Amino acid sequence: MSTETINVPEKKKKEGLFSKKNRKVLRDPLDDINPVTVQILGVCSALAVTTQVKPAIIMALGVTIVTAFSNLIIALIRDSIPGRIRMIVQLVIVALLVTIVDQLLKAFMFDVSKKLSVFVGLIITNCIVMGRLEAYAMSQKPWPSFLDGIGNGLGYGMILVIVSIIREVFGSGSLLGFKVVPQWLYDHGYTNNGLMMLPPAALFIIGCFIWWQRNRNKSLINKS
Amino acid sequence: MHLFGLLIKTIFVENVIFAFFLGMCSYLAVSKQVKTAFGLGVAVIFVMVLTTPLNYLILAYMLKEGALAWIHPSLSTVDLTFLAFILFISTIAGAVQLVEMVMEKFTPALYNSLGIFLPLITVNCSILGASLFMQEREYNFAETTVFSIGAGVGFFLAIVLLAAIRERLRYSKIPEPLQGLGIAMIITGLMGMAFLSFSGIQF
Repeated sequence: MSTETINVPEKKKKEGLFSKKNRKVLRDPLDDINPVTVQILGVCSALAVTTQVKPAIIMALGVTIVTAFSNLIIALIRDSIPGRIRMIVQLVIVALLVTIVDQLLKAFMFDVSKKLSVFVGLIITNCIVMGRLEAYAMSQKPWPSFLDGIGNGLGYGMILVIVSIIREVFGSGSLLGFKVVPQWLYDHGYTNNGLMMLPPAALFIIGCFIWWQRNRNKSLINKS
Repeated sequence: MHLFGLLIKTIFVENVIFAFFLGMCSYLAVSKQVKTAFGLGVAVIFVMVLTTPLNYLILAYMLKEGALAWIHPSLSTVDLTFLAFILFISTIAGAVQLVEMVMEKFTPALYNSLGIFLPLITVNCSILGASLFMQEREYNFAETTVFSIGAGVGFFLAIVLLAAIRERLRYSKIPEPLQGLGIAMIITGLMGMAFLSFSGIQF
C-alpha cells in the first residue's frame, strides 16, 4: 500500500525567486558562513584596501559583481565543462569579468582605480570567487548560484567596510573624506593613531573581529 | 648594487605578506606545520621565479603599445594592455600545469613532496600579484627577475616563521574563540610590526 503513495509523482512546487531557501543562501554568508572570518577566503585584498572607506566600498562592489556573475556563468555552462580543465575555464571567465570591471573603473573613477592599483587585478585570484565556483556554482542552478555570489560578495564587503571605517576614523580622523573627529579634541592633545594606517592594524582588527564573532557563536570555534 | 638593494627591499621591507597581504589564504591555511609550510614556500619561490619573468616577456613583446612592431611596422600603434589579466593568469595556470607534469615524470621524489601544493599555487595571490606589480612599477628584465626571487623568498620566510610560531602555540593557553585563525591573524600583525623596523634600510 505504502509503495503506491511513493509512486505518485509529487506535484512539483515552483520555487519562488525569493523563497525561504534562496533567502537563506543570500543571508548566511553575511554572518555564520562569512567568507572572510569563517571560511578564511579572500583575506588578501580584504586587508590591503581598507585604509579608507571609499576604496573599500568600490572594491566590495567589484568583488560582488565578479562573484555573482562568474557564479551565474559557470552555473549556466557547468555541464559542458570537461572536469580536467575546469580550473582554467573558471580562471578565464573570472579574468574576463575582472578585465571589464577594471576598464570601467579606469574609465569612470580613475583616482580610485589608481589607489586600488594591483588589487583590482587580484580579484581573479581572490579565493572567494574560485571557492564559490568550486563549492557552489559547479553543482547548483543558476539563480541560487547568482544569489550565493551576491551574498558572499556582500559578506566580504561587510568586513571590508567595517575594518575600513575603524581604520579611517582612528587613523586619519575622517570618514569618507569628511572630518568626524572634532577640532577641540585635537586641541586637548588627541592625535590620530598612526598604527591604523599601517598594514598590521588591519590584521589586529580582523583578528579581534573573529574573536568577537566566535565568542558570540560558539559553534564556529572548531571550524578552522 | 641597485639590484641587491631591490632584493633586500622585496624580501624584508616590502614583504609580500606583511606589507601587501598577498597570498594570505594559503599562508593561513598551510602554516600549521613547519614541514608543509617549507614545501609550499619552496614551491612558491619556484613558480614565482618561473612565471614573473615569463609574464614580463609577454608584456614587453606582445601587449605594450608598440610591442608588436617586431612583426610588422604597421602594428606599432596597437595597445593590447587590457588583455594583461587574462594572459598573465593563463601563463601562470599553464606554467603550473607544465611544471607539475615535468616534475611527475622526471623527479618523482620532489613531486611527492611538493605536488599537492602546486594546484594551490595557481590561485595564490602572490604569484599574480608579483606579475601585476612588475607591470605597474615598470621594471626591466633584470629587475623583474630579482624582484620575483625577492618576493618568493619573502613569502617563504613569512610562512615558515608563522608555522614555527604556531607549532609552539599549541602549548600556550589562548582564549577558546581566539584559537586558530584569530590568533594567527594577530601574530601576523605583530610580525608585520617587527618587519616594519626594516623600513629605512637603503643600499
